[in-house]
Amino acid sequence: MSEEKNNPENSHNIEKIYNESAEHFDVNLGGKKIHPKKVSGRFRNYKNFTWLFWIGYILLPYLRWDGQQAILFDVPHRQFHLFSITVYPQDIWMLSFLLILLAMMLFGITAIAGRVFCGYFCFQTVWTDWFVQIERWIEGNPTQRKKLDAAPWGAVKIRKRLFKYFIWALISLITGITFVAYFTDAYQLWIDIFTLEAHLYVWVTLLTFFIGTFLFAGFMREQVCLWLCPYARIQSVMIDKDSILPTYDARRGEPRGKAKKGVIDAKYGDCIDCKVCVAVCPTGVDIRNSALQEGCIMCGVCIDACDDVMEKVDKPRGLIRYNSEKEIEGIDLPAVYKRPRVIVYAAISLFSITAIVVGLLNIPPLATTIIHERQPLYAMMSNGSIRNSYTFKILNKTPEAVDIKISAEGIDGIVMKGVGETVTLKPNRLIPFNVQLEAMPDKVKDKKVPIYFTITGIDGDVKISERYENFFARP
Amino acid sequence: MAEKNSQNQVPDTGHEWDGIRELTNPPPRWWTIAFYLSAIWVVVYFIIYPSIPLATDHTKGVIGWTAIGEYKEAVAKNDAIRQPYLDKLETMSAQEIINDPEMLNFANSSTKALFGDNCAACHGSNGQGIAGMFPVLLDDDWLFGGTVSDIATSIASGRKGNMPAHDLDDAQINLLTDFVIAASTGQATQEGWDAYQAAGCFACHGADAKGNKWMGSANLTDAIWRFGSDRESVMRTIKYGVNQDGVDGTQNGVMPAFGDKLSENDIKLLTVKVWSLGGGQSE
Repeated sequence: MSEEKNNPENSHNIEKIYNESAEHFDVNLGGKKIHPKKVSGRFRNYKNFTWLFWIGYILLPYLRWDGQQAILFDVPHRQFHLFSITVYPQDIWMLSFLLILLAMMLFGITAIAGRVFCGYFCFQTVWTDWFVQIERWIEGNPTQRKKLDAAPWGAVKIRKRLFKYFIWALISLITGITFVAYFTDAYQLWIDIFTLEAHLYVWVTLLTFFIGTFLFAGFMREQVCLWLCPYARIQSVMIDKDSILPTYDARRGEPRGKAKKGVIDAKYGDCIDCKVCVAVCPTGVDIRNSALQEGCIMCGVCIDACDDVMEKVDKPRGLIRYNSEKEIEGIDLPAVYKRPRVIVYAAISLFSITAIVVGLLNIPPLATTIIHERQPLYAMMSNGSIRNSYTFKILNKTPEAVDIKISAEGIDGIVMKGVGETVTLKPNRLIPFNVQLEAMPDKVKDKKVPIYFTITGIDGDVKISERYENFFARP
Repeated sequence: MAEKNSQNQVPDTGHEWDGIRELTNPPPRWWTIAFYLSAIWVVVYFIIYPSIPLATDHTKGVIGWTAIGEYKEAVAKNDAIRQPYLDKLETMSAQEIINDPEMLNFANSSTKALFGDNCAACHGSNGQGIAGMFPVLLDDDWLFGGTVSDIATSIASGRKGNMPAHDLDDAQINLLTDFVIAASTGQATQEGWDAYQAAGCFACHGADAKGNKWMGSANLTDAIWRFGSDRESVMRTIKYGVNQDGVDGTQNGVMPAFGDKLSENDIKLLTVKVWSLGGGQSE
């Protein structure tokens, strides 16, 4: 190895590394704007692919399904369209499982691989990435950007800034419109916005998202992760010694020291203290201080940067790598499926997924409420029988009219009146109707006896067979 | 942050208690900004909304917002939703409304106040009536008929039953009372039927004692009692009649006419309501 290090080409590379990083490494103390250096490598590439997830978010509202918007949260009509499934507020219990699932996935993934969500998927990270890339195109590399920051306002600075803000504003606008598009017809929304006829709610939401995106991704950036997002603060309780985090291998790297041209200093470890890892960090963390820092979003770009440097100085890659605390200590990591936390999180997640899938596939076509008339509880009829009245509130959740038959049982000789042989329920509507039951007093054993209504569907596409308990009162 | 705020570098106010110094750190910038924004908002609010009380009045604010205005707007908004339905009800006949479940539901819900104002005082909030005093509207027994047109007439023109007082001896009254009570469960004796014929009751109540809706005479063979089912009440009805001027102890039962008080449309809606309470008959 020592011979290779004397290679003049490598020495040249070392010089270059120091030159590149020296000017713009910055440990984030919150006061200065971070201008991360561009980096390429394995983890950077992964990040590029995770963008696609959010491209999906932007395009999805325009997808049509069965002649209507595929995903639509129709708040005024209290319906949630998910492809061919329509979810009503009556089925909202599934939302709790969705929330449990998301929480468990977050906990589980954090237990396995730390804040990978932050580093790769979080909209704050992705949008900031986009905004920084635009900044890079318009204002140049970090050194140039810093120069421009410090420069007095002149024609060039104003032109560059305005251009940058304009592109940022476009992205922010699309972000806002996309969000609104999930709640209203996406195509009509564009028309409404450009003819200035959108609803006030649309404007307010749009403005909120526009300002939020512009401010958070353009200016606050890592400050959002550091001071606004609670995840950074609670991550340490979700991470254990088995979680793999981007870790600086201090045993290999320390003591760090400057590699000099053509000289190997045996007293130094592998870290050549070039500070590239700090320079590329989007949140301005020095990963060498600790693997678990509140500022670290675990995106792995420091790994890419360090690997690059290690290659140039002919040292093995992986001075910084995804590693668990145990691995760094030389202990083998137990298999993922043998770790109790992972098993528990996975089990709860699996249960939630099952509940949601079963729920979605078995959404009852009707939501029925039967209310016994309270005032009066009963009325006496001319043939001496007792009559009880019930209000039926049946919401037909299907897009077709549904024919049902209602029958009652529980008392000998009970007679039902008020509805015909079949009741036709209008699609997506709830129209209450009254049903009366009549029974002779001697058949009603108690002041209040249970009775049962059965609602049966009549040869429709949807199978309906529901049974509801209610009561029958007598004097 | 930690280094920037390091205690040793920050000047203090000179106050020190038990080694704890009061530093001159400014409050966080976001807090300061929010503070000044709030102060600006106070001024903006005072300009926009009614705010400063004057001797007899108050400042109105530039957008002219008032609480009652907001209320009226909300009512107008609600009315705008109801109006097409109300207009449609106006054009429909009572029978058409009854045949349309959606309009029937709307009519019954929107007629609640009308029913409460005009009918509920006697007939109860849901037509439950008061036993012996005011008729129950929920049952299937009608003195003057339960078809849509009968009910409409009853509401518009009112009703006043008329049963003469019967100056009979006690034995006959007792016999008739027994007969009427027994007839309600279908157990009347031949002796009773004979007394019924002899007293001339059939003239109004019919040969089969099932009453006559054109006269408003009660059906004596059903289980519904207009003036109470106990022996004493029945006897009183036979003895002193119903609505007899100058007869002490006569039963009173008058339905006032609403034709002058309510519009034709309101009467139609109330007809629908009463008909659909459960006892409505087809024409």
